[in-house]
Amino acid sequence: MPAEPRGAGGGASSPRIPALRIGIDVGGTNTDAVLMAGESVQAVHKTATTPDVTGGIGCAIDGLQQQRRFDPAAIAAVMIGTTHFTNAVVEGRRLAETAAIRLCLPATRGLPPFTDWPEPLRAALGGHVFLCHGGREFDGRSISPLDAAEVEAAAREIVSRGIRTVAITSVFAPVDPDDERRAAAIVSAAAPGVAISCSHEIGRVGLLERENATILNAALRDVADHITSALTEAVSRAGIRAPVYISQNDGTLMSVEACRRYPVATFASGPTNSMRGAALLSGESDCVVVDVGGTTTDVGALVHGFPREAAVAIAVGGVRTNFRMPDLVSFGLGGGSRVHRRDGGPRIGPDSVGYELTSRALVFGGETLTATDLAVAGGRCVIGDPARVAGLDRELVRSGLELIQARVAELVDRVRTGPDPVPVVLVGGGSVLLGSELAGAARVIRPAHFAVANAIGAAIAQVGGETDTVVSLADQSRERAVAAAKHDAVERAVAAGARASTVAIVEVEEIPLAYLPSNAVRIRVKAVGTLELTAAVPCDA
Amino acid sequence: MRRLIGEGELADLAQGAAVLGTGGGGPPYLGMLLARRAVHECGPVSLVSLDELADDACCADVAMMGAPTVLLEKVPSGEEPLRALEALERAHRRTVTHIVCGEAGGVNSMVPVVAAARRGLPMVDADGIGRAFPELQMMMPTLYGITAAPLAITDERGNTGVLRTVDNRWTERIARAITVELGCNASIASYLMTGAQARQALVPRTLTLCLELGEAIRCARAAHRDPVAAVIERLGGRRLFHGRVTDVDRRTVFGFARGHALMRGVGEWADTELRLEFQNEHLVARRDGELVASVPDLIIVLQEATAEPVTTEELRYGLRVEVVGAACDPRWRSQAGLAVAGPRAFGYDHEFVPVAAGGPHLGGASWRA
Repeated sequence: MPAEPRGAGGGASSPRIPALRIGIDVGGTNTDAVLMAGESVQAVHKTATTPDVTGGIGCAIDGLQQQRRFDPAAIAAVMIGTTHFTNAVVEGRRLAETAAIRLCLPATRGLPPFTDWPEPLRAALGGHVFLCHGGREFDGRSISPLDAAEVEAAAREIVSRGIRTVAITSVFAPVDPDDERRAAAIVSAAAPGVAISCSHEIGRVGLLERENATILNAALRDVADHITSALTEAVSRAGIRAPVYISQNDGTLMSVEACRRYPVATFASGPTNSMRGAALLSGESDCVVVDVGGTTTDVGALVHGFPREAAVAIAVGGVRTNFRMPDLVSFGLGGGSRVHRRDGGPRIGPDSVGYELTSRALVFGGETLTATDLAVAGGRCVIGDPARVAGLDRELVRSGLELIQARVAELVDRVRTGPDPVPVVLVGGGSVLLGSELAGAARVIRPAHFAVANAIGAAIAQVGGETDTVVSLADQSRERAVAAAKHDAVERAVAAGARASTVAIVEVEEIPLAYLPSNAVRIRVKAVGTLELTAAVPCDA
Repeated sequence: MRRLIGEGELADLAQGAAVLGTGGGGPPYLGMLLARRAVHECGPVSLVSLDELADDACCADVAMMGAPTVLLEKVPSGEEPLRALEALERAHRRTVTHIVCGEAGGVNSMVPVVAAARRGLPMVDADGIGRAFPELQMMMPTLYGITAAPLAITDERGNTGVLRTVDNRWTERIARAITVELGCNASIASYLMTGAQARQALVPRTLTLCLELGEAIRCARAAHRDPVAAVIERLGGRRLFHGRVTDVDRRTVFGFARGHALMRGVGEWADTELRLEFQNEHLVARRDGELVASVPDLIIVLQEATAEPVTTEELRYGLRVEVVGAACDPRWRSQAGLAVAGPRAFGYDHEFVPVAAGGPHLGGASWRA
């Protein structure tokens, strides 16, 4: 079964003609674009990423136009995945001075906001900290009542310091976000024009990690304004009036407006898009995806069409966060990996010629032996001039390709989620290195358009909603608590733009809290549904 | 030899404490951040060996009690350990001269560092267990008739209480109930004892062991050697299993996270299966039905290749792990020790079987000396 039996195109005004969509993935090296009608790929385009955001997107859309003419008015939606925000944090550039308000007193003073941050990043944000009363216990009781005057005084101080963006984090906000909402209202009244990020809309249980993410989100305010405007402008310059959506790291979409307010949700959306695209192209919803690029290979598991998430804290730019990130294993093997001859068999990677593949590899007339040269010599693909590698030592080629195959098989085994052999889907430009026999694979699938799986993943993304709460089962049944959490998750998915009739619960996780006799349990629920496409116009085809 | 615990030592100490946490004991990361701040502001803490301790020294255990998941959200204010210590001193009308770590496994390896740094007191290079245990009476001093009470308990608001109880089990029960009311997270000071008592009733050199474990893992990773082997060597432990988790079943029984995980072997262990029982900590390991390790011995689950300790909450399908068994302090294996923390104390209906065939495999002399 395809991962998405209900294509988003099903929401078009005419059910017989699927709406046209454009998916664009702006990566660090390449920008990939794809034009889709429902789930069918109409045109693809790959180009180098440019510093000029608007120009880069415009160029990608032009590229699609050249392959297959379409009426811009027929486009129902444009979905964009971007690494701009991750890079802004990693490079520490253009981040806004940010005030961190924590509603917590008298608890949590021992570890104030910005604890364990890299000093340059903390300094870039100014390190403005305001600890106020408020926050909750695990069961929703108040730690102390919110003090409106105290929050208002903080807001006035923030204005006087010229700070224009604020992160508000309340203890146990995932259990009860009320204090954050009230504080946000007070700040916005006392400091009009200040942008506010609230932690309950950003992260899950884990105060420091959620607060870190909220602070990063607030600091990205200017970058978010700039990038979202540039993206919107590029799309409208191309004559497209359809709504623009941005990919989140959990494989679902948000509106441009939501992205402007919550840019951190885009972190690590690239690998997610790639895996989701692989699911659609292959028709597999439970499988292992191997994404081979020029320098690295990412391997991850798809469960019910979505990447399995990592359990551990993920650091972005040296700051610990608890984002929903795909659980990937990565290693240094790609099409550009250098092959080193040694006694006892070759070594491949982790060093790579990267984007210089087309000048330095043997098949392109260069001097460097790369993994691609082995693949061509071994007959796995035809790239460049095969005659240039015809004289390679057969034993070297055979053992090199075997090594690549064994390494990938090992990683497939590490990420697969069940004891039985699983389907393995190969995507990414470098996947031509791999043969069709993989230990532990039920079958190996090489879908069409494998090189632009990430842009396809962006184009087909759904919308979702999530709840994550700690509840006490002392005075309510487990069933009732789970039902309430499911209900909240579905409501959030609909609020995010999902058509109500398509929303389904995709994940329910219960973790009993240790060392407690009161029978408390943490419940996480995720719901997703098909994006409601209201602006659809039948395509010209 | 006198050692200092400064900012540079804390990461190793936390890593080693996570190993001795045997799957529980709470995440040391937050404790490490608190300790780092205390040491940064007040200077490093000196570590005193049990041998150096004067007979009339006044030692007290400072710790946190509660749920690790709650700790992740309602992080401490930082002054609670000191307030608990002061309340204990008032209750005893004594001035504490040395801080004791009650539980070297998990977050409670760090809480005493906070108290010691802020009060400018030395810490004893020892602990009350030699690993992590879930309940307050499961401490070596219990075997020597040393009472946890009077016990001081406090929260971040300043609520403070002193328990005077009839035995250490009652101290656990009442302190646990109070902890829930305080928001599932409290600081306690207890087990006040003399230097002579500490020398007798504590497990020696365990903080140094944590530092050495942390250092061994760090150095092995940097040198691309097997960090799991480094842990085994340092602990004098045994590799019990290498495999992948194929099933995890969790449930809550009497407020404790109980469950089991099944693992399928790889390599040397191919075609074998390990069943791991956990209850806050990893407690019992059976390989193809045969009991290969059991509480009170240490069962340590490490991620393959990285040796990152895996907590009971982190066990999940597909995780590749190595399981290591190591001998506990021999006193836990005595009749009295097993009565407090043996398999039956955790509700398992089997006799204790030492982790190594042919008798206790007590590694490096430093583990006991």
